[in-house]
Amino acid sequence: MSVAVDNTIDARGSACPGPTMELIKAMKSSAVGTVVEVLSSDKMTTIDGAAWLKKVGQELVETSDKGGYWSIIAKKIK
Amino acid sequence: MPKRIVIIGGGAGGTITANLLARNLYRQLVSGHVVINMITDKAEHVYQPGFLYVVFDKVRPDEIVRKQKELLDQNINLFVDPAVKIDKENKIVRTQSGKEFPYDYLVIATGSRIVPEDIPGLKEGGHWFYDMEGAKKLRQALKDFPGGRIAITVGVPHKCPVAPLEMTFMLYEYFKQKEMLDKVELFYTYPINRLHSLEPVANWAVPEFEKKGIKSETFFNMEEIDAEKKVVRSMEGSELNYDLLISVPPHKGAPVVAESGLGKDGWIATDKKTLHNEGSDSVYVVGDTTNLPISKAGSTAHFESHIVAERISSEITEGYSETEYDGKVICFVETSFDEATYIWFNYKTPPTPVPPSKMIHWMKLGYNRLYWLSAKGIL
Repeated sequence: MSVAVDNTIDARGSACPGPTMELIKAMKSSAVGTVVEVLSSDKMTTIDGAAWLKKVGQELVETSDKGGYWSIIAKKIK
Repeated sequence: MPKRIVIIGGGAGGTITANLLARNLYRQLVSGHVVINMITDKAEHVYQPGFLYVVFDKVRPDEIVRKQKELLDQNINLFVDPAVKIDKENKIVRTQSGKEFPYDYLVIATGSRIVPEDIPGLKEGGHWFYDMEGAKKLRQALKDFPGGRIAITVGVPHKCPVAPLEMTFMLYEYFKQKEMLDKVELFYTYPINRLHSLEPVANWAVPEFEKKGIKSETFFNMEEIDAEKKVVRSMEGSELNYDLLISVPPHKGAPVVAESGLGKDGWIATDKKTLHNEGSDSVYVVGDTTNLPISKAGSTAHFESHIVAERISSEITEGYSETEYDGKVICFVETSFDEATYIWFNYKTPPTPVPPSKMIHWMKLGYNRLYWLSAKGIL
């Protein structure tokens, strides 16, 4: 699946504040319609990030294993 | 023509960088081959981690404030005149008074600031401890607090990521000493789905919370405060009643950054190793101002300052620079009024907290006094 991403945050190696917090930060500061990608060295980011997106009613576009790191892509829909 | 170094920002990052440069380039400075100009918006320098202690009357406000001029090497020119425009194309910084500062090297260390106004109702309904005025107001509010629920909420992004936990543990000790634990409920919230970003810290905090009866809710991001009804509403759809709200407001960078087109919300795109503003070899970024996904903390600014000072010094004296930042961060974590732990980590090494001890707490208290040596580039 190929998605046009507006903003990629490379949070690989980020211990604190960490990739999930980076996803929240990016989603909060983006305009509606923006597609955000966060790269993480921790697979849990895809699970935690997806759970948060569901809670706040934002769109999870995809998660993927990039071989050694993971990607989560979200779209701000409201 | 001397090499002109301009540093914007007189916080920890800017001050340490300036003093290290003045030491490394002493000969060039006294011979007139290098000029260092610091531009800052405040004549006073505040040791920000001290706010936490001001709240609990452990430190007097004037103990954490020094005159900026007294912290700087005498060969650095200080201008208390806020920067209003960074013109990278012409390599000039303009200030509020209309002065222009041309540069060969620019260090942007403009830091971060709290923006409680970004959360509707927070200014009216909440307290915070991220500036002096807020810390003093909270100090008084705690003295007057008759009992009830204290909610702790955390905005995104924020600096000093361990501070919300420290505040919570210190509140517990404060009310324990006042023999009010039976009247006070502490309710901690956090933006992600654990008690702290750092998993080992979060895992350590869980049994500590249980032992102390501290309640919590995770995946809680403040959306608005109803100051009249004393309710916090979260983006996730929950509501939390409070009697006293202690919040870490969300942060933004300095207005000059956004107004100069260098980064949305005041954060500047920064190379994680060289600390260059991406695509600009003559501009470095230090401390909270970077957009790096690492802790916005004094120690981060401190370690980055050493890298930037070394790189600029080497470029001027040797014509090249190879020193790189490895992402190092160290944070003390106060776990009560008489014990603390610490964590360190970098891009490749995750943190491993050690058991809290009195010794680490004393080291933290010692560092609170020794900070001024760090600012001077000595420690």
